[in-house]
Amino acid sequence: MPTAVLETGERETYLNREYGIKSWLLTVDHKRIALLYLMGITFFFFIGGFFALLIRLELLTPAGDLVQADTYNKLFTMHGQIMVFFFLIPAVPAVLGNFLIPIMIGAKDLAFPRINLLSWYLYIIGGLLMVYTILNGGVDTGWTFYTPLSTEFLKTNVVTAALAVFVSGFSSILTGLNFIVTIHRMRAPGMTWNRLPLFVWAHYATSIIQVLGTPVVAIAIVLVALERVLHLGIFNPALGGDPLLFQHLFWFYSHPAVYIMILPGMGIISEIVCCFSRKRIFGYKAMALALLGIAVVGFLVWAHHMFVAGISLYAAMIFSLLSYFVAVPSAIKVFNWTSTMYKGSITYQTPMLYAFGFIGLFTMGGLTGLFLACLGIDVHVTDTYFVVAHFHYIMVGGMVMAYLGGMHFWWPKISGKMYPEGWGRLAALLVFVGFNLTFFPQFILGYMGMPRRYWDYSHSPEFQILNVLSTAGATILAVGYLLPMVYFLWSMRYGKPAPDNPWNAAGLEWMIPSPPPTFNFEHEPVVTWEAYNYDEIKEEVPVAH
Amino acid sequence: MPTSTVNHEAHENPALLHHFATAEQQKDAASLGMWLFLITEIMFFGGMFCAYLVYRYWYFGDFAAGSSSLNLTLGTVNTIVLIGSSLTVALAVRCAQVGNKKAIVVNLVLTILLGLAFLGIKAKEYKDKFDEHHIPGQSSFFLEGHIPRHPDTPVNQRHAQIYFSLYFAMTGMHALHMIIGVGLFAFLTWKAMKGTYGPGYYTPLENGGLYWHFVDIVWIYLFPLLYLIDRHP
Repeated sequence: MPTAVLETGERETYLNREYGIKSWLLTVDHKRIALLYLMGITFFFFIGGFFALLIRLELLTPAGDLVQADTYNKLFTMHGQIMVFFFLIPAVPAVLGNFLIPIMIGAKDLAFPRINLLSWYLYIIGGLLMVYTILNGGVDTGWTFYTPLSTEFLKTNVVTAALAVFVSGFSSILTGLNFIVTIHRMRAPGMTWNRLPLFVWAHYATSIIQVLGTPVVAIAIVLVALERVLHLGIFNPALGGDPLLFQHLFWFYSHPAVYIMILPGMGIISEIVCCFSRKRIFGYKAMALALLGIAVVGFLVWAHHMFVAGISLYAAMIFSLLSYFVAVPSAIKVFNWTSTMYKGSITYQTPMLYAFGFIGLFTMGGLTGLFLACLGIDVHVTDTYFVVAHFHYIMVGGMVMAYLGGMHFWWPKISGKMYPEGWGRLAALLVFVGFNLTFFPQFILGYMGMPRRYWDYSHSPEFQILNVLSTAGATILAVGYLLPMVYFLWSMRYGKPAPDNPWNAAGLEWMIPSPPPTFNFEHEPVVTWEAYNYDEIKEEVPVAH
Repeated sequence: MPTSTVNHEAHENPALLHHFATAEQQKDAASLGMWLFLITEIMFFGGMFCAYLVYRYWYFGDFAAGSSSLNLTLGTVNTIVLIGSSLTVALAVRCAQVGNKKAIVVNLVLTILLGLAFLGIKAKEYKDKFDEHHIPGQSSFFLEGHIPRHPDTPVNQRHAQIYFSLYFAMTGMHALHMIIGVGLFAFLTWKAMKGTYGPGYYTPLENGGLYWHFVDIVWIYLFPLLYLIDRHP
């Protein structure tokens, strides 16, 4: 069947098939929904980033002079809540996963297209509640909603913030559910489990965490809201309730949530590393199993956030040991990416630069995680900038790097246009330099004893030099993040048209036109090859555009 | 649809959505999705059951005292009502499978009525709790009496409030699921009256039934855990 052609003579794609606001807001096409998500997620990324910049500006000087103490509490709370629940968790699955999973497995759409649209609306409703919370004066519980601070003492907008997180959690659950069913039931003939791209495996592992973990934080947060509104007393120590119980329920989800953020990024890196090394992934099955392993072990380590909260020493020792186990599958992944590159024919396009950044920074973040899994060291550095630096190495150095790498890698497919390669490399470099300058000093600050969440450190002026470095890095990082947004938008109008397979990459998504037609494939594909069959692709990656 | 080359069944089966190859694939996907959803529900209620477990272990006597203050008769009647409604749901699905379209509607309406009966009885129980001042977090809260079989130990009023906090949170969340279920069945009844469901297509009925059975099973656990703590005839 010939490709459908519009009256204007253009090839019909998911972008030009229909126009108008209604065709977007009521779409059930996974590719359009991915773009809807992209808009929301970019919006919240910059809101959260704005709060981060204010935090860094306040810490430029030891005295608390830019904002009031209360305002500072609100800044880091809302930075955390927005970044975690409205950017880090949904970003890769809801944008790239949504766009790519059906295509990568040879399906026309996700299993439940209308539920997919519903989860976007839930995300937006949650987001609007968050925006309302901000405009109504903000919330200062810390992103963790710890009781009894959140239930008994604060007068700020805890309930609306809790509702925002609850509703966006529902969105996350539905996305995960949709992915699991899609991967189980919608694969094209011949697309066996052992032929799935690791990107799909990564989302499968992620979805399991979303489905099993998110409901637990949902009920914990509902109970917080009920304590505030109806004065129930489940976590209230005045009645004999236990705040630690809240922490257990909260971290039962919120630790695995870290893997919701990082696993999809690992999927992206596997795709990029293979393509720009022109090699089959080293140890495919080990890579897929490592993803599942991280998801499973990740559920058994939550109490390492509570080592100093008064849990039993025996529990702490077991959770410490289990936390070390996460390093095993994580190390397998790093070793295998490195082995994939070994003797590969490597080129240095923008996505690959982000992949290099990811592997290095993720390793740093992972290794400092081992410090924190160690009981003795954790007691020393708990609630210091060491912890802040550690999780930013995973979340920003890992997840955001991977997200940007993925956006560059698949942007030609999504938009049908090439981004400017030179600007892309410059931005990748700025992000890498800015990131390290921002967060490496925080490791030292933390080890020297600077506590997190303090807005004034005038009693320890020796911290200032490292804080100045960190703030300087944050401004570079901001430029590095603004650049891609600018040139992606620019490329939509002025970019060169993208070929169907600009990287000569393997994978079903590169065998269909850029941008794809509405139903992805003209004929249902039949898969007869393994993933990453780069030994059968003779062409190299074309030189920079 | 310019690309639909595999959608042969599309013309024969109006319920088949465009992105599925066969009706069987569509049904399998819907069932798997529903079971996954129920797993998320288990985790959701699981958080409260976990809290219940901890506090019941810590404050067993006060939980028993709180439990004795509940109306056992109404709770038992409600358990029977709910199990009955699960039967009518199962019958509705069976009627769809054998093509008895009228009986589908009858059974669905019965289900809704039983669900509403449950909610009515539950509302009565809640009202009694308000009248008896068994509302946690209120200054008027008072649970009179002593711990069962320990006539010398008075009830700890603070710990009793934790029991009632859990009682209201758990039964309240359960009732919310019932209300959603009644709404769902109203929709299914409307579709069934239009003749949508028959031997060829009854997936929504089956999945609605799964949801209802799940809510029923939650109650099967809630009833003994909340009403029957250390009760002796």
